Amino acid sequence: MVWVNQVAQGVLLGGYYAMVACGLSFMFGVMRVINLAHGSLAVSSAFCLWVIADVYGVSPFLGLFLVVPLLAFVGVVLQRAIIERSMRAGVLVPILSTFGLSIVFDNLLFETFGADTRSLAPFIGDLPYEAWPVYGDIYVGKLAVVTFGCSIVIIGSISVFLSRTQWGRAIRATAQDPDTVAMTGVNPRAMAALAAAIATATAAVAGAFLAIRATFDPYSGAPQLVFAFEAAVIGGVGSLWGTLAGGVLLGVAQSIGAQVNSQGFMIAGHATFLLVLLLRGYLMERYLRFRFEFLTGKR
Amino acid sequence: MQESIYFVTRRTTPAIVGGVAASFLVVLLGMAPLLLSASMLDRLTTLFVYIMLATGWNALAGFAGLVSIGQQLFFGLSAYATIRLSDAGMPVFLAMLASIAVVGAFAVPVSWLMLRLREGEFAIGMWILAELAHFIVNLDGVVQGETGTSLIALATFSAEVRQALIYWTGLASVLTLLGIFLFLIRGKIGLAIQAIRDNEEAAQSLGVETLNAKRTVFLFAAVCAATAGVLWLATAITFQPKTFFGVQWTAYMIFMVLVGGIATFEGTILGALIFFLVELVFGPFGVWYLIGLGASAILFSLVFPRGVWGSVESRLGLDLAAVRYRIRMSKEGGRNGKPS
Repeated sequence: MVWVNQVAQGVLLGGYYAMVACGLSFMFGVMRVINLAHGSLAVSSAFCLWVIADVYGVSPFLGLFLVVPLLAFVGVVLQRAIIERSMRAGVLVPILSTFGLSIVFDNLLFETFGADTRSLAPFIGDLPYEAWPVYGDIYVGKLAVVTFGCSIVIIGSISVFLSRTQWGRAIRATAQDPDTVAMTGVNPRAMAALAAAIATATAAVAGAFLAIRATFDPYSGAPQLVFAFEAAVIGGVGSLWGTLAGGVLLGVAQSIGAQVNSQGFMIAGHATFLLVLLLRGYLMERYLRFRFEFLTGKR
Repeated sequence: MQESIYFVTRRTTPAIVGGVAASFLVVLLGMAPLLLSASMLDRLTTLFVYIMLATGWNALAGFAGLVSIGQQLFFGLSAYATIRLSDAGMPVFLAMLASIAVVGAFAVPVSWLMLRLREGEFAIGMWILAELAHFIVNLDGVVQGETGTSLIALATFSAEVRQALIYWTGLASVLTLLGIFLFLIRGKIGLAIQAIRDNEEAAQSLGVETLNAKRTVFLFAAVCAATAGVLWLATAITFQPKTFFGVQWTAYMIFMVLVGGIATFEGTILGALIFFLVELVFGPFGVWYLIGLGASAILFSLVFPRGVWGSVESRLGLDLAAVRYRIRMSKEGGRNGKPS
């Protein structure tokens, strides 16, 4: 029964990971950029919401109406000032420049807010504590369910946006070939900026849930980035629903690991990630060999 | 007799001057424990550690095009291995050497797994591996979790002897590693990895053994980080998993290489020297110092991608380490304008 419970909690935790990961996966899969400042952006959003709640007494959920556009704007600036320039310099340069950016962000937050850990949980009533009984001893937290639901809504909307709308198609076209897109009258730079804005907006929402479900401090960005990256890669980079599946797998592995040992949470998560990489590489090699033999008539 | 008026050489006057100057410097550095105070010796050992860190990362990113954010994996593991071996009763300096070998051997299977990944996946994959190693090391009772432990075996030496021994070990290690680095980038591997960095498919189609070349550099970078980790432990004495497996080590490497000059031999040393001085001057500013490091990483990667030495090299054509080939005209050919 304990194990069933751990799996259930892990699945719900995976909803949160998918939320942090979807912006990263979207940027990586569509725009071919890994934004290493993604976690730091989520934490910045958490601090913004905390200030709004603590100083002005506004609920974090209302605060998001201010912070999401703000982070979307930051995304546009980030794309124009840093990512666009780095991509022209080579595939590896964005990794270096966004890593530098995350160091700047984390330490600016530290300089402003100090080392205290904070949480948004006190500002949202009893949502963090309430739970629904499911079966026997198993309870699911309302907050975890809300997080999972939001995650599905965000991923669903981005998927629909990308596949059904004019702008979504323009973004995907820009990712494939910006020069040809420009000839059709679409501004590829604007589309790339729009994509970045969407990605950072999702980071803003993820930051809110990070701050509600746990505590955070100025250096919380790095672990969020690592979890997000794991979920994105496990699920297959660029596939948004895959990212949700990846997040769920990661969450389940972590909560089962946590049941075994106090360090098990992290170890099981990272080990699962490496195992998936290993398996994927092996299967890919098998597939390529099979295809080679098939095409050359040896099979 | 038809003979070409051009010839290809690496021997330039600056390279000869550079070589001679370097030899003098090495002799001088070797005598340092007799001349300098204890705190200066410690500082120089720190500089050696920085040079090693920069060397490994520059070989990996600058020459092989493999950006890793997880070199702290090898840094932390070798420090941990030293603690473990010394705890098991091995003489401490032998334990330091053995740890480097152990971590170097460990890097072989790691390379099988990680070199399948490309670009960003490799970069963060390494980071995750380092995190995993961190938490597994925490499981060992000897380390006492995040509290950490000390390399108590070093206390058997008197402070002066210990500092001099560590300093000489550091000097010998940094010279060995720089020597291997120079050998790698001047040789066949150097050509192969730079071809891979510029275009892996093209290199492969020309018959370059891409995986072998990459693995060699990966192992070299691992040994660089491992040696740095062991020496850092020897100077710091205390081992705290969080510090040794921290991602800040990679941030330092990136700063040193980007500022000094990516893909240049001299830039590696220059970058380490700049970082060393920057830390000395601005380190006390704490958080603002780190913000400055991050900002300069952005600035250099976007605006001065070749770094300080890269700019010097391209302006003046200086090559102190005789890495690049040059085409020269032979003397008679130059004067007469026709082949002799």
